[in-house]
Amino acid sequence: MPVIQYREAIRHALAEELGRDPNVVVMGEEVAQFNGAYKVTEGLLEKFGPKRIVDTPISEAGFIGMGVGASMLGIRPVIELMFWSFYSVAFDQILNNAANVRYMSGGLINCPIVIRGPANGGTNVGATHSHTPENVLANHPGIKVVVPSTPYDAKGLLKSAIRDNDPVMFLENTMLYGDRGEVPTEEYLIPLGKADVKREGTDLTIVSYGRAVIQSLATANLLQQEHGVSAEVVDLRSIRPLDIDTVLASVRKTHRVLIVEEQKPFCGVGAQLTYMIQAEAFDDLDAPIARLCTVDAPAIYSPPVEVEQLPNPQRILRAALELVD
Amino acid sequence: MSKKSSATAEKKSGSAAPGESYRSAPVNAALSADQKVALLRTMVRIRRFEERCLRSYQAKNNAGGTNIGGFLHLYIGQEAVAVGCCSLMGPNDHVITAYRDHGHAIASGMELNPLMAELYGKITGCSKGKGGSMHFFDPSNRYWGGHGIVGGQVPLGTGLAYALKYKGIKGACMTFMGDGAVNQGAVHEAYNLAALWSLPVVFVIENNGYSMGTSQARSSAGELAKRAEAYGMAWGTCDGHHIYEVRAQLDKFLRLARDEGKPSVVEVRTYRYRGHSVSDPDNTYRRKDEIEEYRRTKDPIQVYQATLIGEGVLDAVRAEKIDEEARAEAEGAAAFAEASPYPTVEDIQKDVYWEADHPSERKSGGRLFFN
Repeated sequence: MPVIQYREAIRHALAEELGRDPNVVVMGEEVAQFNGAYKVTEGLLEKFGPKRIVDTPISEAGFIGMGVGASMLGIRPVIELMFWSFYSVAFDQILNNAANVRYMSGGLINCPIVIRGPANGGTNVGATHSHTPENVLANHPGIKVVVPSTPYDAKGLLKSAIRDNDPVMFLENTMLYGDRGEVPTEEYLIPLGKADVKREGTDLTIVSYGRAVIQSLATANLLQQEHGVSAEVVDLRSIRPLDIDTVLASVRKTHRVLIVEEQKPFCGVGAQLTYMIQAEAFDDLDAPIARLCTVDAPAIYSPPVEVEQLPNPQRILRAALELVD
Repeated sequence: MSKKSSATAEKKSGSAAPGESYRSAPVNAALSADQKVALLRTMVRIRRFEERCLRSYQAKNNAGGTNIGGFLHLYIGQEAVAVGCCSLMGPNDHVITAYRDHGHAIASGMELNPLMAELYGKITGCSKGKGGSMHFFDPSNRYWGGHGIVGGQVPLGTGLAYALKYKGIKGACMTFMGDGAVNQGAVHEAYNLAALWSLPVVFVIENNGYSMGTSQARSSAGELAKRAEAYGMAWGTCDGHHIYEVRAQLDKFLRLARDEGKPSVVEVRTYRYRGHSVSDPDNTYRRKDEIEEYRRTKDPIQVYQATLIGEGVLDAVRAEKIDEEARAEAEGAAAFAEASPYPTVEDIQKDVYWEADHPSERKSGGRLFFN
């Protein structure tokens, strides 16, 4: 099986869907001529031409709103945000228009749009460029939220997202773009809302998504090798819809849960998970649910300190050891 | 027509009902007597509908509760704008507007019953009681809402135009906004994209003089539509009190969009008689005699009715009949709304996700709702 980068997996998904459906349009800042700020869309302009691969001005409210409007007439825009952090200037278009138009029209209007781009810290770009808005987005019924951690998942999930008739927010990670993984050449889809047990274990469950999954897997190896602790790692892959059943099945097996998220703790995804786990598997828990989040402050610039603000294998390890102690 | 339309000068040469000078414009000259009367009828239906809405809004229902909740932004006084513009729509033309949307909905072809039922929050409403006054939709009439956030619909209308161009469909999207919207960033972003990509959109600023309680003079620098020049777009101004002028002016800009793929901005000057919404006491920012002056001299229904009588295509008896029918239709809509059931609590979570409403076609797993 070919081993390709995460960014290439996304590019392959885009290319396959552009080839399959003439209504798919890739749009965003620097996606065409520049070949993508992170080279995700490299070569697509050459292959599909300027009607399908569209450079936009720096005007997120304008082009995202335009994409929402176009989707109401059956276009399937896949809009790249250079950083998800820039969603704040298009908040009204995403969370009032895309999220609500189906509801407010009594189901008469659909909004099959995908908005994708990186949402992560760890690149020393400071607070304005390091937002992780999956919790904010998922708080809006009508919106779907996907956060892939591997090249294989990124491709299969993006293809499903583009075919989805609801608006899908697809949160990637600049720290993962260069990661490599096996991706089959034959076509496949991964349905949204299906969690994936990335590592089986018996002593505790680490529930995570996005890059924090990769770090949790590294931690799980340390736990096994250095402490004889067997950790199961559940990758949510999709925040909304949410595959809570896979999480609960793992909890019922290990009886201890650590939630790891690259996100501020307050009102975060982990808060919702914690509520659901205690509500539905209280008797299966042998310890209070533990959470390991980004340290609760705006993203710090200082490079060595930012590493400590975010989840990292050492922080996850300490939290896991406390939990199994 | 790369710059301001010459029509403004034409308009100023007119007399008491300046719009009458547009009677001979091709788009008006082509109207049959019946079509002319039909335009009046639509305007009257809008007014009588809204007056009936107001009565329902202010009255208690049989259970002592409200008939109509929330905001009610009435269009009374502005009818010639929506009816004039929407009467120009061809089969591939689209319309989208802001929250003062009842007139555009009716002018686009929506029936009164589902509109009144929507205001009453009933399941028979056009949005099943989920949208309310500010959020009427009817894609089957190419009417895309009804949007509550000032200026927020303007990028959407630009996107509808983008879709038309992408699909090679020769049509246009009339994107309405109020005078209060012109200072929103999203509007300018949409202007730029429309001009940059030559999208078939006509941005229609319905200037009723007040963004809520703030007059144009206190909110906007310069001439509203002239801002189009910064984006290299054609623009014009139009008196919105006479439907002939509205039609003649908009027709040119619609053709520019459809035939040449060029966007434009048109400011249509109009006036609302009622407050910003029903809850607006309307006594802090304008004088009552200003309202009365408009009612007396510029009322779009009175002006047009007099025009049609003058042309000999209408007489007082028929005008009265049109009015009676409109009142009866509005009354019937209120009865329909009153008799209709409310949505159920189970309905709250329908129409949120396409997938949830089509379970047999659902591809995703997991929970979509969190109760």
